[in-house]
Amino acid sequence: MSQAGFDPTAPLTASGNLRRRRVVSRVAEGGATAAAVAAVAVLGIVTYTVVARGAKAISLDFLFTGEPTGIGPAILGTGLIVLLATAIAMPIGVLTAIYLTEFSGSRVSGFVRSTLDLMNGLPSIIVGLFLFVLLVKPTQTLSGFAGALALAIIELPLIARGSQEVLLLVPNSLREASDALGVSRWRSVLTVILPTALGGIVTSTVLAVARAAGETAPLLLLTPAPVGTSFNFNIFEELPSIPFTIFTLSEEANPEGFTRAWGCSLVLLSAILFASLAARALLARSRARMTR
Amino acid sequence: MSAGFDSFEGGSSPVPGRVRIQSGPIVGPAGASGSASRELGLEPVFEAREVSVYYGRKRALAAVNLRIPRNRITALIGPSGCGKTTFLRSLNRMNDSVPSFRIEGQILYHGHDMYASNVDRVEVRRRIGMVFQKPNPFAKSIYDNIAWAPRNLGMRHGLDERVEEALRGAALWDEVKDRLKDSALGLSGGQQQRLCIARAIAIEPDVLLLDEPASALDPIATASIEDLMHSLKGRFTIVIVTHNMQQAARVADRTAFFSLDSSHGEPSGTLIEFADTEKIFGQPDDPRTRDYVSGRFG
Amino acid sequence: MSGNTVNPAYITAGNDGRDARAASRLRRIDRLGDGLLFGLCALASLLGAVVLVMVAYQMIHGASPSISKFGLGFLVHTTWQPNFNVYGAGTLIFGTVVSSFVALAIGAPIAISIGLFLSLLAPSGVRGVISPLVEMLAAIPSVILGFWGILILAPFVQSTLEPWLHDWFGFIPLFGPPQTTGASVFTASLILTIMIIPIVASISRDLFLAVPREMQEGASALGATRWEVVRGIVLPTTASGVTAASLLGLGRALGEAIAVTQVIGAGSRINASLFETGDTLAARIANQFPGAITQMHIASLYYLGVILLVIGLVSNLLAQWIGRRFDYARVAK
Repeated sequence: MSQAGFDPTAPLTASGNLRRRRVVSRVAEGGATAAAVAAVAVLGIVTYTVVARGAKAISLDFLFTGEPTGIGPAILGTGLIVLLATAIAMPIGVLTAIYLTEFSGSRVSGFVRSTLDLMNGLPSIIVGLFLFVLLVKPTQTLSGFAGALALAIIELPLIARGSQEVLLLVPNSLREASDALGVSRWRSVLTVILPTALGGIVTSTVLAVARAAGETAPLLLLTPAPVGTSFNFNIFEELPSIPFTIFTLSEEANPEGFTRAWGCSLVLLSAILFASLAARALLARSRARMTR
Repeated sequence: MSAGFDSFEGGSSPVPGRVRIQSGPIVGPAGASGSASRELGLEPVFEAREVSVYYGRKRALAAVNLRIPRNRITALIGPSGCGKTTFLRSLNRMNDSVPSFRIEGQILYHGHDMYASNVDRVEVRRRIGMVFQKPNPFAKSIYDNIAWAPRNLGMRHGLDERVEEALRGAALWDEVKDRLKDSALGLSGGQQQRLCIARAIAIEPDVLLLDEPASALDPIATASIEDLMHSLKGRFTIVIVTHNMQQAARVADRTAFFSLDSSHGEPSGTLIEFADTEKIFGQPDDPRTRDYVSGRFG
Repeated sequence: MSGNTVNPAYITAGNDGRDARAASRLRRIDRLGDGLLFGLCALASLLGAVVLVMVAYQMIHGASPSISKFGLGFLVHTTWQPNFNVYGAGTLIFGTVVSSFVALAIGAPIAISIGLFLSLLAPSGVRGVISPLVEMLAAIPSVILGFWGILILAPFVQSTLEPWLHDWFGFIPLFGPPQTTGASVFTASLILTIMIIPIVASISRDLFLAVPREMQEGASALGATRWEVVRGIVLPTTASGVTAASLLGLGRALGEAIAVTQVIGAGSRINASLFETGDTLAARIANQFPGAITQMHIASLYYLGVILLVIGLVSNLLAQWIGRRFDYARVAK
């Protein structure tokens, strides 16, 4: 081959078309950085707005009484609905995860995982419609219970996936040791494998709860109750909820309502962000511990 | 110094049968004694002056002084962990990607300090190519593997010829000429490594650095790589790191022996001896060299 | 472990067989326990499929009055007048498609850039801080984003963005004259963009991190700039995965009801301009279902749900299918 167009003894600065290519590369790097900065900026702006405008509304009165000034019943309602939803979704999700990691062959697990992904992709309004037809229409009652079932459907794939990932991280040596000692499958799972994975399972559940707690569409269809003045503990009746309250207040053209809505948003957002951050940090730590 | 020739950007005469013109003595096989005389009139491509390499606090290389001659094959041998690969990767600034990397002393390339602040890393790698221990073809066709870097460099004319030349130079052309569009990942290990060599020589670098190119390959593939070395000798300056002493003895003109040395505190890699290959393997000066090449350790 | 039951010698030797009986009882309990665990797990795993089938069935069942009255023409007719018992999903399908695809068109490149930043550009400390922040963006409930959209984004869009876009690009029908309230398809698309970005960015980041280092090193060693390594090696190798991630983001946008209904203005006509009001399938359901009274109205809303379900399932299945096809063996230019 003939000598390429460069002089090897020339100084080691950009030759040929390198200067132009360098500029292109720098521009691309700048663009990527700008995109990341923009995303963080949006997060900052939204959070700041919620905090700045919502802080005014927060007071003990706001959190613990009902209408007209407080949202206490809505906090209670969300708490009850989410609690019931998690109580339903968590066992089913964990059992599914156990099935995927301990029992199933690759074809069945592929099918189950695909199903979980589809469930995860279901629009929440459809879940709401589904439960409406299933539960509300026959019984002619709107209820927090129906809302809880809807949130359970939303939580289930997240808990199952997260738990499966944690269970996969449990070292096989533990399972083999258990087998070698003659311990039966169910005992191994219950007394060895699950406890090891428990931290990760709990944090996956917390992440699922954080997601479900913010869902409004199912609640809009299934339990559209105003905040009310009294605290209702009966989940088989309509219960107020925080996301639905924000939604209603946001659609009215009432500035005082807006302030209450910001306060509501602050309560919801801080709970969710805090739970998400804590859960992710704990998840990362338990992953690191298990793969060490 | 090679005479200037058609500049490749916009050059429109890619003709098979081109010959690389170079001044200076035509290289012959590593022959008789008289090592120093071989370098008369040729300045070294690389000159390492008191080069020490640190990863964080750990010193991986201590005070290496080395001159790599032009258009020869220089082998770096020695036991594992004594800094051969570290030194090699310092020659094209591939160590820069390691965050804790720090270098002291100077490495001069054609007289220019390689670690000066105005040095463009990308330019360095354009001139100093590298082939890695484990073959790393791109997930592209054989043709595109070779053509990718020339395209980046603006060498768009005569790409087909360039690819063919490179594959011939790597002794791979006959085996793949009918399936240039196939994925490179379907080649055997030895073929993939020769593809990586073809890829490196396609942009006509000044220097080729080879990091244990045959260590991941079976003996037959290894032999083909070694034959390749002989044919590439004289076209490029080649520096090869190898664990395989026989390979170094067969292929290299000059050999550098590295080992761990604890004389300055904790053990770090040092250059023990550097001379013509026959001397290193026949009558080395340093007893450590003698021990190593006679198989007493390592 | 259950199965062959040869009694070890120490059990049969010595005592009167009490240990042997205890051992066999234990084995029976174990077999029962194993079976029970397997059964429960299998049942739990089937539940997902059962729920999906039930959802599909109930949607279609609920929509059947409307399906039998309007048939497939429902998909193209654009009149939606409850008062006259006339229903057609055309406007809504249009609005869904437009808002989602605009959101994807804006969001996917930004998200991919963020993924590149987090995987290849940022030092690991910066990555450790910014990655969770980007994921936090996904954690913001849609109702809060929509509320923020109503009070903060929409006025900004209406007063600043839309006039600017109209001034510079008004010759394209997409960028017509701005409306008075900022409630528009465009604002909804922006909110959807914010929702899509964290999903696509996180998955892309993981995909880029998985590209073998040796391949990237090999590219660098050939004198390529960082961008050339990205363009020539990283992106082609991960193209399938990134596409699948984008489809997942698209699915999220298609199904979003609350935030969209808060800022899209519940328009009823198909407009060329993004700055007019519009509506989507999910948003209309959220808007009108609570107040729907007549059977045909309700059934038509279910029909909307059926369409939404089909679109959602198809995009999700497509994402799964594309994501499964590994790119590493692909011959790319």
